[in-house]
Amino acid sequence: MYYTGIMQKTQRESCGLCRTKLKNFGVTIGKTEILRDIDLHIHCGELTALVGPNGAGKTTLLKAILGEISHTGELSFLDAEDCRRNPVVGYVPQRLDFDPGSPISVLDLFSACLSSRPVCLGHSRHFRERASASLAGVQAEHLLNRRLGDLSGGELQRVLLAMALDPNPDLLLLDEPVSGIDVQGKELFYDLVSNLRQHYDLSIILVSHDWSLMSRYADRIVLLDRTVQCCGTPQEVFSNEKILRAYGPSIREEVGQIPLKPQIIHSGGGVQI
Amino acid sequence: METWYTMVNHLLPFAWTQHNFMKNALLAILLVSPIFAVMGTMVVNNKMAFFSDTIGHSALTGIAIGVLLGFQDPLWIMVIFSVLLAVAISVLKTLTDASTDTIIGAVSATMVALGIVILSRGGGFNKFSRFLVGDLLSITSNELLLLAFTLAGVILLWGVMFNKFLLVSVNPSLALSRGIPVRLVDTLFCIATAVIVTISIQWVGILIINSLLILPAAAARNISRNMRQYHVVSLLITLASGIGGLLMSYYWSTATGATIVLFAALFYLGTLLAKPRFA
Repeated sequence: MYYTGIMQKTQRESCGLCRTKLKNFGVTIGKTEILRDIDLHIHCGELTALVGPNGAGKTTLLKAILGEISHTGELSFLDAEDCRRNPVVGYVPQRLDFDPGSPISVLDLFSACLSSRPVCLGHSRHFRERASASLAGVQAEHLLNRRLGDLSGGELQRVLLAMALDPNPDLLLLDEPVSGIDVQGKELFYDLVSNLRQHYDLSIILVSHDWSLMSRYADRIVLLDRTVQCCGTPQEVFSNEKILRAYGPSIREEVGQIPLKPQIIHSGGGVQI
Repeated sequence: METWYTMVNHLLPFAWTQHNFMKNALLAILLVSPIFAVMGTMVVNNKMAFFSDTIGHSALTGIAIGVLLGFQDPLWIMVIFSVLLAVAISVLKTLTDASTDTIIGAVSATMVALGIVILSRGGGFNKFSRFLVGDLLSITSNELLLLAFTLAGVILLWGVMFNKFLLVSVNPSLALSRGIPVRLVDTLFCIATAVIVTISIQWVGILIINSLLILPAAAARNISRNMRQYHVVSLLITLASGIGGLLMSYYWSTATGATIVLFAALFYLGTLLAKPRFA
């Protein structure tokens, strides 16, 4: 129904064999050590949620994987045949800092990413259709000719998601993609993202503060604070006593505000609805 | 050149086209307008108005160095110097935390001061004042050829690099995630800006070159909704104010460059008033 655009476009089922490996991974900027000793395997077909307090280095980790910040340790991407190759990385930033007065349309941005033909000369029918199909996959095809500065926050994030998915990425990085967006917008976005892993052959890393929503959508939770504090399924992480003691108040508070997932509240140590 | 002269005589049989220098200037405007139109839109997109201004001002130091080294025609020294400066600013931007504004402001003031100090030594600054105001009417056919090559270069560069420039100007992180070498592209754009500004400076003038670069793009921005409109409108405004300015400067006997800029400013004002209808 909603996701026909995506399904038609990709025939690749996820194989579960490709993976991104981080080994002994660390980031030091200047004299400040921001991340250290990170060992992670991220498999395709999985949605890994990266949670942690502010300043824990979540965004830094994504930027280091993206190559924007230099890192120590090893980062490798292995495909199904266990061969190393350069992955196609899709990236949706927390918010796109751009000049809202700039006369650039959604189609301009799309074509600029995909083709080398100068977009100031106009667009070929081929790219118009391709962009339209991509946008249809995120329920945003009506935005094709809109000016980028005229989009709402949720619309812009969906456009960015559509762009990150074309060409098909091996690894999709989402950095708090829906912070500051209303509940409907958030659920729409997360529904889209969690459907992706079934229809695309990709791994998703999602940074988020929505603990309750994450417990519903994520396959794996990685609690990050300078290094990996805890890693496992949502149930494992949210029922871990040590984690709750160290990061608990924020968990309970979040869960208390949006009681979407009762089982966490029970495991969260007797918070009553 | 002869074909151009006969063509103008044939198509535009007016009093002002009787002079060869006016025909040359008209051709110069037709060549410079597309360069400035496409360059200006990208400079405005990148919020580099202040940067191109600095490059313009630092041309003074370029001239001064050329004079010190004893060159008759300081153009090449100016180009080399401004390219070095552009690279330096671009590197400084990535290396330090200081705001780009501050770095560029500091460099700009230093360069102007240095240029004036060297050129005014012995009280001979007046002969360089043509660089300050610019003299489009004195352009020769060799210089027109240089402009034509510059235009070809810009078209080639834009054909290959436009989308990359655009993505980097929208958001560097996004561009990086699409596999674009952001720093390299950024530096390349800085160099292209430096070369073009420096080449055009002796005809437009240091004091107003930046306005000519920025005003048409800023005007086009007010009333366009996508990249194609932006470029078409910017080109039309540059051409219209160029030709209008040239004509009026002939009849009013004023400095051509400045008259052109005034026309561009009129366009800016007009589009600013019309903006609510388009936004």
